[in-house]
Amino acid sequence: MAAIDMKVKERPERRLTEMQEGKTPKIEVRDFDFYYSQNQVLHKVTLDVPEKEVTALIGPSGCGKSTFLRSLNRMNDTIAGTRVEGTVTIDGVEIYQPGVDVVALRRRVGMVFQKSNPFPKSVYENVAYGLRIGGIRDRSVLDEVVERSLQRAALWEEVRDRLNTSALSLSGGQQQRLCIARALAVDPEILLMDEPASALDPIATQKIEELIYQLKDNYTIVIVTHNMQQAARVSDRTAFFMLGKLVEVGDTNTMFMTPKEKLTEDYITGRFG
Amino acid sequence: MRHFDKDIDTLKDQLLRMGAMVEDAISQSIRALLERDTGIAEAVIAADNQIDRMELEIDQFTIELIAKMQPTAVDLRFVATMMKVTPELERIADLAQDVCERAIELNREPQLKPLIDIPRLARISQEMVRHALDAFVKRDANLARAVIARDDEVDLLTEQSFRELLTYMLEDSRNISRAIRLTFVGKYFERIADGATNICEMVVFLVEGKVIKHAGITGSEE
Repeated sequence: MAAIDMKVKERPERRLTEMQEGKTPKIEVRDFDFYYSQNQVLHKVTLDVPEKEVTALIGPSGCGKSTFLRSLNRMNDTIAGTRVEGTVTIDGVEIYQPGVDVVALRRRVGMVFQKSNPFPKSVYENVAYGLRIGGIRDRSVLDEVVERSLQRAALWEEVRDRLNTSALSLSGGQQQRLCIARALAVDPEILLMDEPASALDPIATQKIEELIYQLKDNYTIVIVTHNMQQAARVSDRTAFFMLGKLVEVGDTNTMFMTPKEKLTEDYITGRFG
Repeated sequence: MRHFDKDIDTLKDQLLRMGAMVEDAISQSIRALLERDTGIAEAVIAADNQIDRMELEIDQFTIELIAKMQPTAVDLRFVATMMKVTPELERIADLAQDVCERAIELNREPQLKPLIDIPRLARISQEMVRHALDAFVKRDANLARAVIARDDEVDLLTEQSFRELLTYMLEDSRNISRAIRLTFVGKYFERIADGATNICEMVVFLVEGKVIKHAGITGSEE
């Protein structure tokens, strides 16, 4: 009668390993407000960006996510009439305090824009540009950095034989990867990406996404994207902004499967309006 | 209304139609057993194909929906729930079919004993399936939890019926084949109730995003 054992099976007591604790924050943002003149576009944003992870910023147009991104390397300083309150700390150093060398900051915190913007120079000179203005003249150093940066940007194989042709002759996807190589050449720690693939076709987009996946081994990445599936695919953490406020931030799996806030749920399932 | 909501409604309708067929299979299997009606049992067995076909249709539709809409959050949980509930229903229908097969065999011999625990067990299991489907359609996590709570009652009745049948077997070896068949029937209804419980666990996941099954390893309190 062993075949028909009517006893209810005991439930095992084993527990799954606890969720891995968050990594060390590379960037800590606390109570961050941002104003364009009288107009406040960010309200008390508090967010940690973990080191060597991809953090995606999502939200409807005008929610402040790009402004927030640009605040992380003080790119907004170039716009007249802007003002900030609160703090942005990178590796424990507050970047808005007086005396911070903004050029050095932007070297550590590189940026890639929506529209690829190579200089009207050769492929080689585009990548070498940051080093040259940094005073490096040694050809062998430049050669080495150009090759390494192009390799890291997954572009080397495609351009190694035409380093001296104009960057403008590359395809849109290649130009975008060239801009990433240019950002990598000055050896940043953080990469900010503002919709880096929104102007690209699906194949070029996939290459950029693969690249982001590889880059996070060495860099901390913050990416703004309108493409929700892209955020889901490439990021470890997702932050949802609306009307200048951070509504919810969390592990990407959780954000896309069981978000806590109704607003987040409505936004990512397209129930807005 | 989003286009996706219409697709969700279509899926829900399909699942409800399948659910109605499965409920019918259960209630007919109970009749076949209690009324010793081989004709009814054969009809249930013959109708199972239709339920299998519905399962395939729902599967197809669900996969197409994932491909086209790439659902997230509650939509994703709905689609995931559909993909788990449908095969659960199909298995429940198979179990009703198994009950009918045993009923046909039992009908070839005189009745062993008046049935008491098994009909109770059968009714509870049937109700649990109906309420599980209600909970799913209404996205009612409380109802789902109430259904899950009844599973212990079912386990108890299954055990009780088995112990009684064991005494018949010990008493007279000529009883053994019928008693074993009835034991099987009890086990089938118990597994139907398990199916309803599984559906309800998915309903809680759908509504609250919480995983409550395998409490031992997921750390769930339930």
